[in-house]
Amino acid sequence: MIHDLSSFLKAAPAEEPDSTITKPTPGQLSRRGLLAGAGALVLALSLKPQGVSAAEKGFGADGMPHGWRDDPTLFVAIAPDGTVTVTCTRSEMGQGVRTSVAFVVADELDADWAKVKVAQAHGDEERFGNQDTDGSRSLRHFFMPLRRAGAAARTMLIEAAAAQWRVPASEVTAENHALVHTKSGRRIGFGEVAQAAASIPVPDRSKVTLKDPSAFRYIGKGRVGLIDNVGITTGTAQYGLDTRVEGMLYAVVARPPVFGGKVKSFDEAAALKVPGVVKVVTIDPPAPPYEFMPTGGVAVIARNTWAAIKGREALNATFDDGPNASYDSDAYRATLEQAVRKPGKVVRQEGDVDAAMKKAVKRLEAEYYIPHLVQAPMEPPAATVRIGKDGKIEAWGCVQSPQAARDRIAKRLGIDPKNVTVNVTLLGGGFGRKSKPDYFVEAALCSKAVDGAPVKMTWTREDDLHNGYYHTVSVERLEAGLDDKGMPIAWLHRSAAPTIGSTFVAGANEQIPIELGMGLVNVPFNIPNMRMENPPADAHVRIGWFRSVSNIPRAFAVQSFLDELAHMAGRDPKDYLLDVIGPARILDPVKLGDAWNYGEDPSRYPFDTGRLRGVIEAVAKGAGWGRKVEKGRGLGIAAHYSFVTYTAAVAEVEVGPKGEVTVQRVDIAIDSGQQVNPERVRSQLEGAVVMGMGLALTAQITFKNGRAVQDNYDTYELTRINDAPKIINVHLVQGGGWDKPLGGVGEPGVPPVAPAIANAIFAATGRRIRQLPMRDKLSA
Amino acid sequence: MIKLNVNGEERRFDGDPEMPLLWYLRDELGLTGTKFGCGVAACGACTIHVGGAAMRACQTPVSAADGQPVVTIEGLSPDGNHPVQAAWRELNVAQCGYCQTGQIMQAAALLKDTPKPTDADIDAQMSGNLCRCGTYPRIRAAIKQAAGLTPKAGQGDRL
Ligand code: FES
Ligand code: FES
Repeated sequence: MIHDLSSFLKAAPAEEPDSTITKPTPGQLSRRGLLAGAGALVLALSLKPQGVSAAEKGFGADGMPHGWRDDPTLFVAIAPDGTVTVTCTRSEMGQGVRTSVAFVVADELDADWAKVKVAQAHGDEERFGNQDTDGSRSLRHFFMPLRRAGAAARTMLIEAAAAQWRVPASEVTAENHALVHTKSGRRIGFGEVAQAAASIPVPDRSKVTLKDPSAFRYIGKGRVGLIDNVGITTGTAQYGLDTRVEGMLYAVVARPPVFGGKVKSFDEAAALKVPGVVKVVTIDPPAPPYEFMPTGGVAVIARNTWAAIKGREALNATFDDGPNASYDSDAYRATLEQAVRKPGKVVRQEGDVDAAMKKAVKRLEAEYYIPHLVQAPMEPPAATVRIGKDGKIEAWGCVQSPQAARDRIAKRLGIDPKNVTVNVTLLGGGFGRKSKPDYFVEAALCSKAVDGAPVKMTWTREDDLHNGYYHTVSVERLEAGLDDKGMPIAWLHRSAAPTIGSTFVAGANEQIPIELGMGLVNVPFNIPNMRMENPPADAHVRIGWFRSVSNIPRAFAVQSFLDELAHMAGRDPKDYLLDVIGPARILDPVKLGDAWNYGEDPSRYPFDTGRLRGVIEAVAKGAGWGRKVEKGRGLGIAAHYSFVTYTAAVAEVEVGPKGEVTVQRVDIAIDSGQQVNPERVRSQLEGAVVMGMGLALTAQITFKNGRAVQDNYDTYELTRINDAPKIINVHLVQGGGWDKPLGGVGEPGVPPVAPAIANAIFAATGRRIRQLPMRDKLSA
Repeated sequence: MIKLNVNGEERRFDGDPEMPLLWYLRDELGLTGTKFGCGVAACGACTIHVGGAAMRACQTPVSAADGQPVVTIEGLSPDGNHPVQAAWRELNVAQCGYCQTGQIMQAAALLKDTPKPTDADIDAQMSGNLCRCGTYPRIRAAIKQAAGLTPKAGQGDRL
């Protein structure tokens, strides 16, 4: 997902017109000096713009706005004392990217990890390349550019040392933060040659030699401590909500509780009477589509957060609810159910489904319901903005898309984005919410209202739940016809769900390619007759992306349905799943109806059913599939392809006599290609299991009279430590080798969890739950 | 006038006595290690020690801490090496890290009262601390390591 969705509204990723590397500017040099402390050095003062090869254009990072960079001067600074500072251009939200990015560069540089620091880039995509931290793309897109940047910097250091010693560069090697002349044994530290290296031109990309993977010290090793560990464990780590600026004021906003609503009345005087409140400001909603602009409302600006919150209460704001005033989750579910019972727009077709259904020996129809969710990162959205007397704007905050924050502030204030600096703090979780920087625009409007004084915009948890960019709500209808051996010969899948596209194009009611390609069209099943349809669905709230996006409903529906078919056919669910996938083979995603393929080149990232089979086999082995379990327990299995990565999960679930459900253990296998930071892959997968369990059993956002019913974590129930599985086993499968492209990691763990739990519940009880969340359905 | 002792320093506050300690600590004192997650005692991100006991700062008015010692994550250990903090780093517990100061404060209080906690003790004492990133398996392991129940199994070679 990116901040300009236009490229996804088309079938294929847009060509990026300007993916060339830009020259460093003087400003860059001085900022770099600041970054690494006084006396710091910048490698290379001049460099030639280098283009992206035409063959690579349009896919992967090339398909993203502003592409990628591998210029070492952007990523590496070396101080005279040898401290290496790596600039991270991706937002840290728990995936460990600051650590991974830094050690990828450090490894190629042959730096000593103990002397490596990381600096966070502000939002500037023209300079740094794409910075949208979502879509499980950071290492997938930037692993190779970062390696090249590290290797180029190493080459420059080697050349500088060789020149100093008047020996050929071929006789000099880099070794643990030093340059060594192999023949004479002479040795010099990085810091001592950094200045000389800075005057050496950046080598051409084709002349940079990457390390042989056998020489990696950090990459792929999984024994690196998190670079932010000390700050996180001592409370000094800076998140968006922790920003403190001289003279800062604090704001909260009373927003329309219904999407599309408008302010009707409020008591400004009452708010101003609250001690500490300094100003009340009306924020106008945009004309639809809302995109990343604020929903409007009344802001209360005060001397501390508490006063702002009290002031907001005193406002007693009322709203005209507008066109979505009657949005009701129960009624809307019925609307979606009606939609999937009628033919919809055909989005993939193979063979003749209707004829095959008639020939089928057995048939099954099932509808699955998956409700709205909200990301609810532990740190709610927060941004601080200050407008200087010179018109220059400085912003700080937790944001996955700093360039989007910059652009939207500039757009709303009618200024050039070049006058806006967005500083990226740590993110207390993101999960897609912080890709949408409406809160930055709110902070900017508040700052403007108080003559540019810095204003921190805080979203309370209630704001986060009531005014979200919600995960869609869907009904997925599946029909299959089986032959006399119980294998499917006909497959019909209709998916009705409001689209993310509606947030960007008012009134959009058909799913866009990224949604269709998340497990609706691109299923790799060996079924001769298939049809996928997308009936229309209107959006009544802001629809946004939530970790793993439409893969959540698709995996739940498809993997539950296959389990149902297996039982109908009297087969073992794992064997049946493998048989439906069929033999190991390479499939062209385009032929599976998915020209998008997560933005990746279908020839570099084909759908490899062998790898999908591989994770199923791995997880089955790891979980002891087929073993006898205690009474009241069951095992369930599910697999899914997402973000060009393959995952499979086995859940062991116990259901008590009153329907109390306990997830005892989850095994999960992932093949995301070679794993740069296996330790963080494990932690991402552990987290995905917990998040997947929460949405499987307890979490949902429902609407009544247009309003989100859940207010806070007491009613939006997420998994807690006492409910989380005591055993989570992550099984890493590494398909390929370092010469093969990488898959995503942050999101793919989520989709298989809910269906594995649903299938385990069936195994334990014989009860099939076709809707999320499941807990209350079991006790009902 | 309310008198407090925060991390060993005497403080006086004459603002709204109903202001939750959370906002007093964060906005007035700049102690931002105490986090805001929910404001309704439903997440534990704001956990601090008041009078030696774990409390939710978002639901504790400043007035309730009058005359009581308040300890925040910044004051838990002079060098940041409380056994719980060390175990958290050794096991790379954090993902985003936002909930972790609250988790650490809660875990430190747990170990003070129950030096050798069972799984049931951990469940009972830690279930008020939400982690949206889902770091629970490592939180449990780190508590056990800090309690000396499991051998040191450090994964980080940097700390
Ligand atoms: S912020 Fe206090 S418990 Fe959540
Ligand atoms: S580590 Fe992110 S909320 Fe716990």
